[in-house]
Amino acid sequence: MMLNCKNATKLMSQAQDRPLFLKERISLRFHLMMCSGCNNYNQQMFLIRKACRHMGGRSKE
Amino acid sequence: MEGGLLNNEQQPTSESFTDIDLTKLRTEMLRFATLQLRDSTSAEDAVQEALSAAFVAKDKFEGRAKVRSWVFSILRNKIIDIIRERARHPSQSLTQEDGSEDELNELFDENGRWRKDVQPSSWGQPEETYSNDQFMKIFEICLKTMKEKVARVFMMREFLGLETSDICTELNISESNCWVILHRGRSRLRLCLENGWINNEEIT
Repeated sequence: MMLNCKNATKLMSQAQDRPLFLKERISLRFHLMMCSGCNNYNQQMFLIRKACRHMGGRSKE
Repeated sequence: MEGGLLNNEQQPTSESFTDIDLTKLRTEMLRFATLQLRDSTSAEDAVQEALSAAFVAKDKFEGRAKVRSWVFSILRNKIIDIIRERARHPSQSLTQEDGSEDELNELFDENGRWRKDVQPSSWGQPEETYSNDQFMKIFEICLKTMKEKVARVFMMREFLGLETSDICTELNISESNCWVILHRGRSRLRLCLENGWINNEEIT
């Protein structure tokens, strides 16, 4: 089934907390190829994590 | 949990406890603890205890790691203890409603596509963003506006570095609830950052 943006963001958020299943990774990758909004969301998830670590004295991790 | 007080954050540099700017470190720690605990008294206590613990153990430590990351790791453990203690009080506990997706639905149309006005735009060079003071200022403002219960889960995950399975156990919620709360928190935070950072870089 095609992933919509809402479910794509759910997977991108969960990817920060657990390993995604292969099926989830494939459908997410496919969605990201076509959706710039979600692409930006994805990059920002990683940036938020880095910013949190930076603030908590763990910038080198 | 991140294995004990002296965890694996050692850097191959020798830095002495007396070399660092304690006032600056204390301010940073206080800011961090206040964000986590949302209460300046508990934050003060946690920072004080962490600094004392660090000072007492400083001979064992000298030269083994960066002072800042070491002291922060002690502080994180203190904060986790306080959160754990608080979670025992029923008035503080999370309910089923805290795992609701309503807030997320507002971001998307009926087909689950981004609503035009909240669709994420590009933030430019990511490496330069989080080392930018202006961005970190907005970041802190946005964290403070997070709803208390969402913030608690988010902070435990992102600042204290706990796994979601541990967070559920601590807060007595299901793991899927935990994921929904984190998804909500991150999406809100992202939107707040975008409004503050991209659309209005002049915020001070």
